[in-house]
Amino acid sequence: MEVIFLALILVLSIFLGFELISKVPSTLHTPLMSGANAISGITLVGALLAAGAGAASPLLATVLGVVAVTFATINVVGGYLVTDRMLGMFKKRGAKK
Amino acid sequence: MLGNVYINAAYIFAAAFFVLGLKLLGKPSTARKGNLLSAIGMLIAIVATLLSYDIVSWNWILVGAAIGMVVGVAASRLIAMTAMPEMVAVFNGLGGGASLLVGWVALFGSVDLFISITAMISMVIGGMTFSGSAIAWGKLSETITSRALVFAGQRFVNSAILIALVVCVVMFVLEPASDSPYLYAVIGLALLLGIMAVIPIGGADMPVVISLLNSYSGLAACAAGFAINNVILIVSGSLVGAAGFILTNIMCKAMNRSLPNVLFSGFGAAKATTKVDGEVNPISAEDATLILEAASSVAFVPGYGMAVAQAQHVLCELGELLEDHGTEVSYAIHPVAGRMPGHMNVLLAEANVSYDQLIEMNDINPRLESIDVAVVIGANDVVNPAARTDENSPIYGMPIINVDQAKTVFVLKRTMASGFAGIDNPLFFGANTRMLFGDAKASISAMISEFKG
Repeated sequence: MEVIFLALILVLSIFLGFELISKVPSTLHTPLMSGANAISGITLVGALLAAGAGAASPLLATVLGVVAVTFATINVVGGYLVTDRMLGMFKKRGAKK
Repeated sequence: MLGNVYINAAYIFAAAFFVLGLKLLGKPSTARKGNLLSAIGMLIAIVATLLSYDIVSWNWILVGAAIGMVVGVAASRLIAMTAMPEMVAVFNGLGGGASLLVGWVALFGSVDLFISITAMISMVIGGMTFSGSAIAWGKLSETITSRALVFAGQRFVNSAILIALVVCVVMFVLEPASDSPYLYAVIGLALLLGIMAVIPIGGADMPVVISLLNSYSGLAACAAGFAINNVILIVSGSLVGAAGFILTNIMCKAMNRSLPNVLFSGFGAAKATTKVDGEVNPISAEDATLILEAASSVAFVPGYGMAVAQAQHVLCELGELLEDHGTEVSYAIHPVAGRMPGHMNVLLAEANVSYDQLIEMNDINPRLESIDVAVVIGANDVVNPAARTDENSPIYGMPIINVDQAKTVFVLKRTMASGFAGIDNPLFFGANTRMLFGDAKASISAMISEFKG
């Protein structure tokens, strides 16, 4: 039952993703991609759980978890900041410097 | 410390912020707010996770997070806008790599059939994303050649790797253990497959590859979510997977090619046969400026060459001069111009071009006949009329910006060398075409000083 429930979430999220993105103007494709990329850094949540399990888990698992935390943090922090920097440049006439 | 109910409640909030954020990202006026909302969602998810019972040891997390923060902040601040495609490739790769590791760690706990299968999927997709992005980064930064690398028997080799990968995954799933040799084989083969998949793809097809890798990084996170039974990973991962897939599709359509064709054909490696004969009409910067001054409407059509020449700032300056002069100025942008989706828009936005002047291909094409001067800056295949007229052309059927229909066309070009697709461009020989040879930035600067003088 659990699997069915997760699969349902998966299917609905995919449809939602299609609906959300299909109408984005091409002007915004780069920020959209890099913003979506930052969201895919959500795997950081999994990495935190892997790195923080403590003595209960083998050393190798903790090491892998820490590397995962590093990778995913770069992805999340860098992704959001760079997207913000890009979007800050999109200005309309009149709002120019 | 929070129990499971609170964590999942927080995840629901995070998911709502992601959805809202993605929605607002779709409009230029709200996009920045959208990105902020999505970042808040991420913060909620992370804080909730950190407060859960499952996290007992903090020191290592802090080390990893601190390194990640410093690198992430530095990279996002220091990177030049022209280097954005390779930056996105690196971030994609790191996300994929993290998902690979998360899937791996999931195998250290108690493993049932479902966990071992989903962990394998997240490791395979994550590994391919990681190594594929590394190659994409190399190609985009010209660290390795951006040309398509094709060799005899490539398909055979790739099929063999894929079959070996599937066999190893099955062998592992039959007898899952965190020290199984098949586990290491799967990781190695997934990394190898990612490299082999991106190597045969040439520079101009990079927009497709980047969006596809973006989609993969989401799917890898999604699979990792199944492996560790975490709902927020599944929701966000599949949102990103779907978004990346849509972008991939848009990019393929803009080239009139199917995704398999882009991925497997090694386009750009083959030499096309169609030759065009005729006279080209060169023009000097002085004469070009005189024509621009007399024009009442001008459309600039940038391509990857503009990024290479770093000509976006001078281009914007010329555009503003023309506008002050009373000329109607627009920037016509092909969906696959440049090396990633929306590449030209970002560069022009950096140069302070107002976003309502950035016109999409389908909106500018009906208006081109009434435009006095179309100025092509470092674009080639996306303005090649052979795509419309020559059935033998490899790019036949690809939607292009019909600059040849404008009253006059200037083409700013270094030499007569052909574009990425290696095909001649009849546009250069058109009766209404004038070639302005030289570095795009130097040419535009020359026009600016003529204009002022």
